[in-house]
Amino acid sequence: MPADRNTKIVTRLFGVANSNRLDVAAQHGAYSQLSVALGMQPMAIVDEVKKSNLRGRGGAGFPTGTKWSFIPKGAETVYLVCNADESEPGTCKDRELIFWDPHLLIEGMIIASYALGCRHAYIYIRGEMMREVVVLQRAVDEAYGKGYLGSELRTASGPFKLDLTVHRGAGAYICGEETSLLNSLEGKRGWPRLKPPFPAVKGLFGKPTIVNNVETLMNVPWIIENGGPRFAELGTARSGGTRMLCMSGHLNKPGVFELPMGIPLRDVIYDVCGGVPGNKKVKAVIPGGSSMPPLDAEELDIPMEFDALANDPRIKPVMVRPGQVFELAPGKPLRTMAGSGGVVVMDEDTDIVAVTARIMRFYAHESCGQCTPCREGTGWLARICSRLADGYGQPGDLELLASIAYGIAGNTICPLGEAAAWPMLGFLTKFRADFEKKAASGKPAPAGAYSTSHEAHQ
Amino acid sequence: MAIEFSPQAAQRIRDICQRYPNTQAACLPVLHLAQDEFGHLSDDVLAAVATQLKLPKAHVFGVATFYTMYHRKPVGKHVLMMCTNVSCMLRGGYETLRKLEERLGIKSGQTTADGEFTLIEEECLAACADAPAMICGERYFLNLGPGKVDEALAECRKMPSSHVPHGRHLATAVTAPLSPQAQAQLQAQAQVKKA
Repeated sequence: MPADRNTKIVTRLFGVANSNRLDVAAQHGAYSQLSVALGMQPMAIVDEVKKSNLRGRGGAGFPTGTKWSFIPKGAETVYLVCNADESEPGTCKDRELIFWDPHLLIEGMIIASYALGCRHAYIYIRGEMMREVVVLQRAVDEAYGKGYLGSELRTASGPFKLDLTVHRGAGAYICGEETSLLNSLEGKRGWPRLKPPFPAVKGLFGKPTIVNNVETLMNVPWIIENGGPRFAELGTARSGGTRMLCMSGHLNKPGVFELPMGIPLRDVIYDVCGGVPGNKKVKAVIPGGSSMPPLDAEELDIPMEFDALANDPRIKPVMVRPGQVFELAPGKPLRTMAGSGGVVVMDEDTDIVAVTARIMRFYAHESCGQCTPCREGTGWLARICSRLADGYGQPGDLELLASIAYGIAGNTICPLGEAAAWPMLGFLTKFRADFEKKAASGKPAPAGAYSTSHEAHQ
Repeated sequence: MAIEFSPQAAQRIRDICQRYPNTQAACLPVLHLAQDEFGHLSDDVLAAVATQLKLPKAHVFGVATFYTMYHRKPVGKHVLMMCTNVSCMLRGGYETLRKLEERLGIKSGQTTADGEFTLIEEECLAACADAPAMICGERYFLNLGPGKVDEALAECRKMPSSHVPHGRHLATAVTAPLSPQAQAQLQAQAQVKKA
């Protein structure tokens, strides 16, 4: 049966007082699926997750069960790492999930660790989330106290003991990228690694490693309780379960909502979030975090789901320049993606060029500096967009922006390059007139104002 | 001047190291701890961390300068992190930042002369649905329009330092006690009904 708006898997305890304490969470069934899962063979759990069509909720939407099955057979040491480094602008679900129900995450991680053969799992939590670090560490301590962690548990395949460590980041967007996260967890600068080898083969401390998002892991106990096929039925053809959407920007009722997979964007904006303040029209929507190309006002009927946002022909393709489609593969145009579920709504009065400039400044600030196209290119994009936004546009700026963005995409180790290039090209494609108007100014910029990386790196 | 960790901190460092297969992996948590212990990460503090973890000094310097939350210079008692990223920008984040600058008499990135506040223009704090957002330690200030700045600053002034108490929590020691401040805040926050 498909999910309806009352179907709650990961947000059941939202709004319940003290829900992040074990005694309260236990009254609501925390850890009740643990004994069920430990009574299964590990491979049976992986199969169940495969059947569930659970897809990674961090951004890429990769099928979780398939990812789990990449762990080489017979590997002695395996690591499970939970990616709680939520920092994609517009995304605010993992922070809420950890705050309201940390025990569901821990339960999911124990089950996943058992399935994968992991004996020590890590949660890499964003450094700025100090309140959530406290909540999560306390929950981990409680789980140790009860013996769910750190004690030998009886299972269908012999004794099993899991240690779980909360590892706090220290302020670096790039560490949300999984290989960068692993380097950071190893005590290094957060520089992404070349893939292959993929983490499932050579990850944390050189061992096979699975990196999963918070929301992804929190779905696992439900899958154990109800079975993979039922989870799959909740969703769409290839995406099981529900989806957390983080609704922000120009909305009457912004918020974090667990909604049926594939709910039309228009319904979320007008029904769930009460529409746009002042009854203004929507001008643009970022559908999955600021690294995703935007939608315009004609593209609001798209189902909020991985495949639709990537392939629905009603979404206009992103162009490199007029007449040249940006292709992800031959014949496959870039439209947009579901990303991290961070939806940012902008009304008709929004200065799109200023928004783009702010987004570009973010990526310039967060580029780790490892690859030249990204390190230099993001700074150029930020400075040119800022200059345009401030009223010093020059003829040729649009072509320059497009050529820089196109020069970054596909030429970097990690996807931060694309994260800057895609929205740049996306905003240029769909709001070209806004940029043209700014570029027509021709007013010279004050000497030196945009000539250094100061603006981008301050 | 050589700096030494207190026996308590040194014990915590040993506890932290037990959570990882090598001491290098303890670099981030130990730098957090060192910052809590000494206020900021001076060259001497970084050298002490390197000694404790038996790592090359250059490695520790490289890590400390890569991440934005490690302060290489002294910061105020309260570090205010005000988000101006896209969701906050759309709902007045910059107006709030300007108001904070005006009230504190400093620019973003600076510390007030009395050492009370450091103001940082932050990237997305993952509180987009409650934009504009600011954090000070464990305390979130949500829907923080310019009109609510004075109230927020007054509350911060009454709070203990925003960054010092955290060493207690971040370092994975099992059954670590919570500070009374954190407990009170968590209880208050848990009462808040969310959407």
